[in-house]
Amino acid sequence: MKRLPAMPDEWIDRNTVVRFRFEGSAFEGLAGDSISSALWAAGQRALGRSFKYHRVRGILSAANHDVNVMLQDGPRLNTRGDVTALRDGMDLTAVNTFGGVANDRARVLGLFARFLPVGFYYKAFHSKRLFPTWERMFRRITGLGVLDFNTPHVRTPKRYDFCDVLVIGAGPSGLSAALAAADAGANVVIVDENAHAGGSGLFQLGGDAARREHTRQLLQRVRAHTRIRLLEGTCAGAYYADNWVPLIDAERMTKMRAAAVVVASGAFEQPAVFRNNDLPGVMNGSAMQRLIYRYAVLPAQRSVVLAANADGYRVALDVLAAGGDVAAVLDLRADVPASPQLDALRSRGVELLTGHAVYEAHADGRGALAGVTVCRVDAAGKVVAGSQRRIDCDGLAMSTGWSPAANLLYQAGTRMRFDDGLQQFVPDVLPQGVFACGRVNGAYRIESRIADGRRAGAAAAAHAGFPSAIDAVIQPEITQESESPSHAWPIVAHPDGKNFVDFDEDLQVKDFENAVQEGYDNIELMKRFSTVGMGPSQGKHSNMTALRILARLTGKSPQQVGTTTARPFFHPVPLSHLAGRGFSPQRQSPLHGRHARLGAVFMQAGAWERPAYYAVEGRTATDCVRAEVARVRSAIGLIDVGTLGKLEVRGPQAAEFLNRVYTGRYDNMKVGSTRYAVMCDESGVLADEGVVARVADDVFYFTTTSSGSATVYRELSRLNTEWRLDCGLVNLTGAYSAMNLAGPASRAVLATLTDMDLSSAAFPYLAVRSGHVAGVPVRMMRVGFVGEWGYEIHVPAEYGPVLWDLLMKAGEASGIGAFGVEAQRLLRLEKGHLIVSQDTDGLTHPFEVGMDWAVKLDKPFFTGQRSLKIIKKLPLKRKLVGFMLPASHMGQVPQECHLIIDGGDIVGRVTSISWSPNVGRHIGLAFVPPEMTAPGTALSIRVTDGTMVPAEVCTTPFFDPTDARQKEAT
Amino acid sequence: MPWRLLRFGLSKSHPEPRMFTTHDTLKPSYDVVIIGGGGHGLASAYYLARDHGITNVAVLEKGYIGGGNTGRNTTIIRSNYLTPEGVKFYDKSVQLWQDLSTEFDLNLFFSTRGHFTLAHTDSAMRTMRWRAEVNKHYGIASEVVGPEDVKRATPQMDLSCGGHAPIQGALYHAPGAVARHDAVAWGYGRGADMRGAEIHQQTAVTGIEVKGGKVVGVHTTRGFIATSKVICAVAGFTPRITDMVGIKTPIYIHPLQAMVSEPMKPWLDSILVSGSLHIYVSQSSRGELVMGASLDPYEVQSTRSTLDFPEGLSAHLLDMFPFLSHVKVVRQWAGMADMTPDFAPIMGMTPIEGFYLDSGWGTWGFKATPVCGKTMAWTVANDKPHELITGFSLDRFRNYALTGEKGAASVGH
Repeated sequence: MKRLPAMPDEWIDRNTVVRFRFEGSAFEGLAGDSISSALWAAGQRALGRSFKYHRVRGILSAANHDVNVMLQDGPRLNTRGDVTALRDGMDLTAVNTFGGVANDRARVLGLFARFLPVGFYYKAFHSKRLFPTWERMFRRITGLGVLDFNTPHVRTPKRYDFCDVLVIGAGPSGLSAALAAADAGANVVIVDENAHAGGSGLFQLGGDAARREHTRQLLQRVRAHTRIRLLEGTCAGAYYADNWVPLIDAERMTKMRAAAVVVASGAFEQPAVFRNNDLPGVMNGSAMQRLIYRYAVLPAQRSVVLAANADGYRVALDVLAAGGDVAAVLDLRADVPASPQLDALRSRGVELLTGHAVYEAHADGRGALAGVTVCRVDAAGKVVAGSQRRIDCDGLAMSTGWSPAANLLYQAGTRMRFDDGLQQFVPDVLPQGVFACGRVNGAYRIESRIADGRRAGAAAAAHAGFPSAIDAVIQPEITQESESPSHAWPIVAHPDGKNFVDFDEDLQVKDFENAVQEGYDNIELMKRFSTVGMGPSQGKHSNMTALRILARLTGKSPQQVGTTTARPFFHPVPLSHLAGRGFSPQRQSPLHGRHARLGAVFMQAGAWERPAYYAVEGRTATDCVRAEVARVRSAIGLIDVGTLGKLEVRGPQAAEFLNRVYTGRYDNMKVGSTRYAVMCDESGVLADEGVVARVADDVFYFTTTSSGSATVYRELSRLNTEWRLDCGLVNLTGAYSAMNLAGPASRAVLATLTDMDLSSAAFPYLAVRSGHVAGVPVRMMRVGFVGEWGYEIHVPAEYGPVLWDLLMKAGEASGIGAFGVEAQRLLRLEKGHLIVSQDTDGLTHPFEVGMDWAVKLDKPFFTGQRSLKIIKKLPLKRKLVGFMLPASHMGQVPQECHLIIDGGDIVGRVTSISWSPNVGRHIGLAFVPPEMTAPGTALSIRVTDGTMVPAEVCTTPFFDPTDARQKEAT
Repeated sequence: MPWRLLRFGLSKSHPEPRMFTTHDTLKPSYDVVIIGGGGHGLASAYYLARDHGITNVAVLEKGYIGGGNTGRNTTIIRSNYLTPEGVKFYDKSVQLWQDLSTEFDLNLFFSTRGHFTLAHTDSAMRTMRWRAEVNKHYGIASEVVGPEDVKRATPQMDLSCGGHAPIQGALYHAPGAVARHDAVAWGYGRGADMRGAEIHQQTAVTGIEVKGGKVVGVHTTRGFIATSKVICAVAGFTPRITDMVGIKTPIYIHPLQAMVSEPMKPWLDSILVSGSLHIYVSQSSRGELVMGASLDPYEVQSTRSTLDFPEGLSAHLLDMFPFLSHVKVVRQWAGMADMTPDFAPIMGMTPIEGFYLDSGWGTWGFKATPVCGKTMAWTVANDKPHELITGFSLDRFRNYALTGEKGAASVGH
């Protein structure tokens, strides 16, 4: 583990040695190392294998784009070596090798490269017989890391945060922006994905200590500023509408809402393209600088620098300063402008070769860089024949150009333009509230970055309501930035290829030429066919080069070619961060504890848990349900119906509101009465049902189905907002508990607990009354869903359990018992009552289910009226009818949704079916064609195995057809 | 290694011709103009040429081919729908899919994986039974299976889904498949191009000329074209085209989003869908998990992404597969879905003579690409609706003869 002398801003802690394993061998690194820096310091050059040809790969960017160095770290897959902090005890293996990095058997694929052109998999392997085998092979050799199925569910809490100005990127321009905004009075959050702030200001030095000093001073002031929060190791993952930015750190996702956003995300250095530009030892110049200044690792003993702008010269000076040799500096340009860096290099005696490029790189026995062949290139980038010569080196720095890290700017809807001077896309029109500065904005000189940051920070603060004296309008003239223009053609052709453009996907120059030849000649088609930019780094080091190649091949300018769409995420985000703790709402009625104590077996009803039935030891579920049914029919039962939606509408136009949303009439209801209510959608389809009770002149209390309550409330709220009627809507679903006391003994039992007049004259069927039961304030309705004398009692939720207990106690002598949803389903089926969504479907209108009486077409308006008026004139297509199986039926019993078959065709389906102890037959509801609705009509129901079961249409209710049990004989 | 790749290694130059001819100019007139160079439009051009010999056809695409919902969907192919009309139609599509790679000589990675629609409630089980019974009636492999069968296909799944949505069973559809979506557009495009149809990319339609209730031509950004027949196959842009001819449809636009993970070694063979958890997921041949959820709940014509989408989807995915916690999401995106009130498409003739709709494709259009092309071509060639699409006509909304597919389409796509 060799390290340079202490660097002023190094990230490593030299006192803490970290031990880890890589590919089975033991290594040591230092706290603060990335996995890659520790391995590189230890002399390890082969860090991973590439995706297609399984070539040896090392460090390319050291900036989160080294996707060929993905590691399996226990249950963590696809861990990026270049940015993941080293932890003690890590046991790492490279992903997607067959036999390890050193001896990956899949490297044989490289030998077949000639036979595997771009998109080769579209061109073969598709014989119908063999495709499944080929696909299995493809699936095995693609894919990267391996899942550990024992990984526990990681639940990471999320945070919400707010600020006036969010600055993304804590390099010189971002720091400067944060200070300007905070000085103007704004509360500022500045984030940086790196473990430590400072950005390139602390590692791209070129021997110029002033650059570092500038940055350090900014950083110091930022850290000291009371209105600035600096978040390191935090990546702005995406940009969503209205400055909504997820901030991703190691622990969690913080959802930041900012009044203004400053994007100071810098630029990605772009690899040059030449043969074997992927050998370990060939890396971006900025990667060398990161290794030196962050980790105190000398990238190579003897380096060659391939430059096309001043940054390359800085790299050479930084390498020299760290004690490395620089064998030569090549510059793609024929004429190199004078600069202090150039003078410094000359004075150190470094050979400078202008108008030169790397023709190809050569590997040593381990597959790492051993030397380069350089060549002269002409103005068009063509190799000058016979100019090749070899230089031995174990390091090659590529500093030929940049691409703006504009992903978030694109996501925000920024229009970008290609600047010919800079050879880079820069923001042209920014959306409101979004600002850009620094290299992403085309400013490269340190002074102009700091000035640009100040401008953007002040402008952002002003947008957030904090104007300042700084002139926020003037944009620096970025086209005058002559320091770091990108080279227009950092690409050298080679007859033997292996000149990689996209390292994620192993795409070479000829792959692009071939794709264009095949007609994939616009940027989007080229991306999709060649898969450029579709790998884990999403094209951060390849899209710009691909664009340049496409532009040249099609004779267009980069502006005309355009870019592909940038989408979230900036860097990949773990599912656990996005999922957070996970939220699955579960609702329990206030009576839940009572049910549990009674042995209830719960079922899921939407978000609710409801008692399906109450288990009795030694009895089957069916027996329990039947006993509950028998008790209601013969004596008395109590069911929790608190899951019903419970709404109240109040105000002078409350009746008008209900008239519009339900199909019936509500303005003519008497106070103290209830009315059945049916809701349809615009197309006349039955959407919900319930009971409306008029409790005062301008107050209606009404119920919805349990499953529909949330949807109905949301839709009614929307309509109330839209219609602006003089009434207000309140959702009381959770505020009220409700239970239904039903059975012949219900009135007598209730009478023992209340002094309300329960006589039919005072409290008739379908009436609603307010009063007290056992001292509890109640709203009671006499309704009969289960077909017995009964009271639906609504009480404030906190009284629910008390009232339940008192009713159960009062009913003891009469044989009271609780009944669940299963018993209720059967009881209502005996009465022929439908359940919306079980006995109706997405097309059912009221006329198909015999609810013509509930639809008042003569009202001025209700939702669905227009459709229902038209439907009414059309012939019915089907009708819901009752049916029975023969008394003698033996064998299979149909289930809900089994089909009714006539003449070999589907003519209907069963929607409900159950054995009725009170009828002594299997009874059910079914949709049938209009011609099959007459009682006595024979039906054939086909069950799962194809057997036909005979049945017969009959009238409903199946039980107590005159509803005598619900009312007193008059 | 397949022998057919040898020619690439043995030839000095890349031995592949252009897939599509570039046409510098538009002709003054075409027999048929197809608006929209997605899978549907290109398939229509392909079958017009192949089945009906109609080759004087222009496909107009304002962007690039396959760049709309063809390239944005999650590539699920199935036929286990709910209505007889739907089942027969999608079944024909699945049959056509089987042979497309061979027919195009282009590997579409059409991969039959088996499709499970998970049921977490007894009401969902009822819907599954309904679908299974209708499917079987029309000869579709479709059956209700129990939790143990789900477990057998995907042993790693937490069948209790985090304890709050236990799986009761599933609808299993063995023919369920996935395919490489972009290649479908390229295959149809190349096939149409080879047979004489013209594909014009970067050509937007700006107006449609109608005289006396008949289509007479199309205005484009590259000039006017005379034609008497126009097919509108533009996915989320249908209302903008129907406005040009002055007809109304009940189509409204909602975004539908999707996302994809980093690649991992294969573990998930089946396609899994859960309506209750609003999720569907499959693993691509590259090893990525391709995931989607339900429609965005509001009407908007935009393909922007939202944060709620990956948040909700991830939470539900981890309920089913907690061990995916460390897997990273690389990318999310959105498409615009032409939604109809009954979740069935709108296809065929319209009140404007010569104006044909292939629309209302909501979230279920990719799987129908072959059968849409085939039936639309037949409909245009014969000027009457193909028998498989009579249930999808625009006038069903006037007649209230809806084709209710919501139970089979709303999350299953």
